[in-house]
Amino acid sequence: MAWDEASVAERARAFLAEHDPAAMDRLEFLRARFDAGLAWVHFPEGLGGLGAPRDLQAVADRELKGTPDNQPGRIGIGLGMAAPTILAFGTEEQKKRFLRSLWTGEEVWCQLFSEPGAGSDLATLATRAVREGDEWVVDGQKVWTSSAHTARWAILVARTDPGVPKHRGLTYFVCDMHAPGVEVRPLRQITGEAEFNEVFLTGVRLPDALRLGEVGDGWRVAQTTLMNERVAIGGAPARRTMMGVVAETWRSRPELRTHDLHQRLLKLWVDSEVMRLTAVRLREQLAAGHPGPEGSGMKLAFARLHQELSGIEVEMLREDGLAYDDWTFRRPDKVDFIGREAGYRYLRAKGNSIEGGTSEILRNIIAERVLGLPAEPRADKDVAWKDLPR
Amino acid sequence: MTLLYTEVEEELRAAVRDLLADKCSPSAVLDRVESGTPYDAELWKALARDIGVAGLLIPEELGGSASRKGGASAREAAVVLEELGRAVAPVPFLSSAVLATQALLTAGGDIAEELLGRLAAGEATATLAVSFAASPYAPPNPMVTLGEDGTVTGTVTGVIGAEVADVLLVPVRLAQGTGLCVVEASAAVRVTPVTSLDLTRPIATVSFASAPARVVARADGLEVPWVWEALVRGAGLLASEQLGVAEWCLTTTVAYVKERRQFARPVGSFQAVKHRLADLWLEVVGARAAARNAAARLADTASAGPLGDDAAVAVAVAQAHCGAVAVHAAEECVQLHGGIGMTWEHPAHLYLKRAKADQIALGTPGDHREALAGPADLPAPA
Repeated sequence: MAWDEASVAERARAFLAEHDPAAMDRLEFLRARFDAGLAWVHFPEGLGGLGAPRDLQAVADRELKGTPDNQPGRIGIGLGMAAPTILAFGTEEQKKRFLRSLWTGEEVWCQLFSEPGAGSDLATLATRAVREGDEWVVDGQKVWTSSAHTARWAILVARTDPGVPKHRGLTYFVCDMHAPGVEVRPLRQITGEAEFNEVFLTGVRLPDALRLGEVGDGWRVAQTTLMNERVAIGGAPARRTMMGVVAETWRSRPELRTHDLHQRLLKLWVDSEVMRLTAVRLREQLAAGHPGPEGSGMKLAFARLHQELSGIEVEMLREDGLAYDDWTFRRPDKVDFIGREAGYRYLRAKGNSIEGGTSEILRNIIAERVLGLPAEPRADKDVAWKDLPR
Repeated sequence: MTLLYTEVEEELRAAVRDLLADKCSPSAVLDRVESGTPYDAELWKALARDIGVAGLLIPEELGGSASRKGGASAREAAVVLEELGRAVAPVPFLSSAVLATQALLTAGGDIAEELLGRLAAGEATATLAVSFAASPYAPPNPMVTLGEDGTVTGTVTGVIGAEVADVLLVPVRLAQGTGLCVVEASAAVRVTPVTSLDLTRPIATVSFASAPARVVARADGLEVPWVWEALVRGAGLLASEQLGVAEWCLTTTVAYVKERRQFARPVGSFQAVKHRLADLWLEVVGARAAARNAAARLADTASAGPLGDDAAVAVAVAQAHCGAVAVHAAEECVQLHGGIGMTWEHPAHLYLKRAKADQIALGTPGDHREALAGPADLPAPA
């Protein structure tokens, strides 16, 4: 059937009539919601969805407001990156096995992509997966892995053929984070805390049934994950914004105001408003069925704005800006770019132009894919990975 | 309200673009700028009469094409301005069909309506005798006085479109309060061209020496509500012209750096160049959203009614952003063209000059930002 706002709302109400969240275990309720197709309505039936247009999710969410949720802040990697990739490339068995527990939050996911030697040039990654019968043996080191310490599963890209050029020798796996040989160490960052981890993989054995997509097709599978990552970082409409936070400081502390700061703040207010309007227009284009290339620019704009605003706030605070709330080395429960205090926000914002594609790489993407400018000459394109200079 | 372009708007754009491609090539514009007639009367006639752009803001009852229900509006005028900006077309659209038209719409009354009919039909071209550098947030006091004999005397500087105006709308000082007068071009109205930064929309000094005038509207006090409304709405639509200027600069520069080779490769393959253009593209994407938002908000507020806060904010945001984007785009265009971009023969300078003049016009980006302090609730230091 063709779903519309009324029929999705009706389905959600019917589900609630049969499942009283007050009388049920939280997880049982979430599993039932998944089985009713109200988890992500644009997913297929039987996999938590209804095969409905994506924008109707808002209708289901509205009807189910106030019921237990799956704490999306805790399982963002699974929802935003693993799920769309499993949906696009997984076997029916893999989809059945992973998507339900992923969505309910019973099983947390993390992402094993970046390596110390492979950041912007992800395709040069060196973690090896060697086939032994029905298994793959994985050795290597991954980095910048959020949630690795709580994760049950990971999406992993590893090199299965060093004898071909770098993009062609990769394969995509689901990695069992409880398998022997997986070691997770916290990675302390400039804010003092450890949002991320290093993950050491030593002789980790993964059954071939955990391979996602064809052998050697890992780069194409990873593109799906990365596209979804940038949408997740740059595209989400926010209730609270960095502009709102800084404006609040400005309003509540009149003694800090100077003419110079006022001019600069007004300019950033305009920039924030322009970014908001750009996002509104982008969503309109999507709804009209004409997704524009503007999306690739949103993360770039978001990073710059966050950095400038958080920087101006610390400067504005003068003596208070000389203090920092807490350098304690700890793992935060959740990450909030605009949480804590001004010093933290300033330091955390520095990551916004690095994580999920550096601003430099995003500029390359815009220049080459949107504007059609020629690529830089490449020394590594037709050379087997093992023969690359390093 | 949508920030996208409607089909009707795209059709209007195509018609204007076709005409401009035919009659307003960069070399034709360049040839004209040093002639004695910087404004292209023939092109203006084709735009105003054949395509009907002169009446886009004028209600259907008065011969235009604007109506409350689905007729033309600020949105269509904005699309025309995008195209005129893209071609730096030397026509008096902004001065006649936007600024003068808007002042008349706000003033209302028989004289205004009769003149609006002539403007809509393309029978007359008007301009608003106010400096193009006037800010809507500090409109200048009238420089012209209405005498007891019904004639006006005084001088206004920095006026655009005056050379080709058959009619001038003149804010005047009265014995008590202010007024808006209609003055037909005559020997008593002297238009002295000023050597202008913007070669494609030069300014002039207009002197009235006992020129016969008809009073359209009067107001108590020194406020000139017609002028204020015209300047705000003009500023909001100017953002679309700035968008058009910026788009031409970006497109032309991208095409050039794909062709131009140095060090045995296209200069557009160097990251130093690509990254600048990616940033510029992002600015232009933002400019389109902001300019469309201003046009849509202006279209949503009744043509001669008071401007809602939403519309005023949308105008200020669009101007604060688009003014700077057009200048940046034109500056990048010159720089990334290298030597050829610095020559008189290449049209890049026409866009740089237009963009820089537009940045000053109808309030600088700084004026518009300061106007946002209230709506944004970011109060100035005590």
